[in-house]
Amino acid sequence: MDFDYDTLVAFSKSWGLLYLFAFFLAVVVYAFWPSNKNRFDRAKKSILDQDDKPWK
Amino acid sequence: MIGQLTSGERQSAVVILLIVAMVGLSMAALGRTDPLGVHGVIVMLFSGGLLYVVLSSFYAPAPTEEREASYYDDPIKIGIVLSMGWAVFGMLMGVWVASQLAWPDLAFDAAWSSFGRLRPTHTTGVIFGFGGNALIATSFHVVQRTSRARLAGQLSPWFVLFGFNLFCILAVTGYFMGITQSKEYAEPEWYADLWLVVVWVTYFILYIRTIARRKEPHIYVANWYFMAFILVVAILHIVNNLTLPVSWGHAKSYTVWPGVQDAMVQWWYGHNAVAFFLTAGFLGMLYYYLPVRAQRPIFSYRLSILSFWGITFFYMWAGSHHLHYTALPHWVQTLGMTFSVMLLVPSWASAGNALLTLNGAWHKVRDDATLRFMMVAAVFYGLSTFEGSFMAIRPVNSLSHYTDWTVGHVHAGALGWVALITFGSFYTLVPALWKREAMYSARLIEVHFWLALAGTLIYVFAMWNSGIIQGLMWRTYTEEGTLAYSFVDSLVAMYPYYIARAFGGLLFLIGAVVCCYNIWMTVRAKPVTSSRSGDVPVVSVASVAGE
Repeated sequence: MDFDYDTLVAFSKSWGLLYLFAFFLAVVVYAFWPSNKNRFDRAKKSILDQDDKPWK
Repeated sequence: MIGQLTSGERQSAVVILLIVAMVGLSMAALGRTDPLGVHGVIVMLFSGGLLYVVLSSFYAPAPTEEREASYYDDPIKIGIVLSMGWAVFGMLMGVWVASQLAWPDLAFDAAWSSFGRLRPTHTTGVIFGFGGNALIATSFHVVQRTSRARLAGQLSPWFVLFGFNLFCILAVTGYFMGITQSKEYAEPEWYADLWLVVVWVTYFILYIRTIARRKEPHIYVANWYFMAFILVVAILHIVNNLTLPVSWGHAKSYTVWPGVQDAMVQWWYGHNAVAFFLTAGFLGMLYYYLPVRAQRPIFSYRLSILSFWGITFFYMWAGSHHLHYTALPHWVQTLGMTFSVMLLVPSWASAGNALLTLNGAWHKVRDDATLRFMMVAAVFYGLSTFEGSFMAIRPVNSLSHYTDWTVGHVHAGALGWVALITFGSFYTLVPALWKREAMYSARLIEVHFWLALAGTLIYVFAMWNSGIIQGLMWRTYTEEGTLAYSFVDSLVAMYPYYIARAFGGLLFLIGAVVCCYNIWMTVRAKPVTSSRSGDVPVVSVASVAGE
């Protein structure tokens, strides 16, 4: 089989789609994973602390 | 500046500067009368100047052991000053080139001041000089505060900051002499590009090492954006600038990419420079300084994560929309168009997230011009990403491409989004860094805000009008099937809009000068003597040996 334009198109329309969709699902799962909720809540509030020194 | 460095670090600084000066000397020797030789002399002067600074306080008292117990703010301060200096220079050149379009005599018949040479001094001055220094300064600030750790190097932040500015100086002085690779936003020649690789890899390592030292378990989302900015800009810069110099003694080089591949690589670079230089890093600013200024957590942290991955993955594919109706394969054009339209989702997610954060605190936006800068920036981000997705659609692009509409779109993003979020961040950052209660004058921030907003609106409306008129005139046919207007007809029609555009830019420039004055007066003001109630170190949680 020749490696030509059609090969690339077939690859991107199959594996490319699969890879992007799998990646999308992984991100959604990470963002909505229940045990991550506390971590995210803490992260978004902690930047509002008025501290001006590195932690030991 | 030097006071924070140990004697060993001061010695290393001297060695590095001597090496750079030697490189400059060999460039001057190899280049001789070629512009490369001039640049060799500039490199020597630059490193010589810094060498003077280091040596003049070489025997100043060494820093105390306490150094590690405080954040490293000196490079951030200098970064802000450099950024504002470049802002005034870059915007001044912008007003000049804009005026040349209305009144061509303003080129004064000299080669160095012709439009083609001045235009990149404007784009490099504002994008890399103003924007780049602002990104370096704010990223150093955000990474330290959100990681609760000091920067992971004492010398490397200075190397990154001054190294980057040396690159900018080589770029701009090169344009005046006529040096260019003829690639938009990648004009500097091979030796400046190689230097930037060294600087940028140092930046990347410094950032990663600082995050590795973090005391906060979760990496705050602003850092993700800054990391994406640093990493992707490195990749783009290296791939797009793969060139072969004519010889070691010449500034000129030729790209390794042939034909349409070169065009594709250039616009893959060019559009991702917009995505990762002008968007990702500034979103990092938005996600930190907007919540901090409003004293409200970001509306949805989950949404910020989803939009982060959306933006990083979609933008990579969008570049080919710059090459509609060219020799580029049709399916590649369509691919770029599709991803550009999809980009609207994560872009509006970010803009909406910012505005919803302010929902419930609109009185703060009304009273505080600093917060209003950031609010309007988010609005312009939403507007220009919508416009960008729209213009990437092939039939729309057939009207907009090569016209002033593109210029208007870019400036809606660059003035309305990038510059306004930067000013908002600086007005938040400057009093905190220099330990002042507030900026010198709240009224001057207000003046700056209205100058900037009026300037942006005048500019963008002028370019929308002229762009669409231009586009329509170029495609109007007579009944006989010939073009109804000559190119000169369309040029004459542009005249009033070019004047309006130069005026809008002038207002924006005046605003930036007001900002410089305000920052300068804040720095000169007396520091707050009593520390604020919350401004105390957090009691040690888990101490790490050697930290």
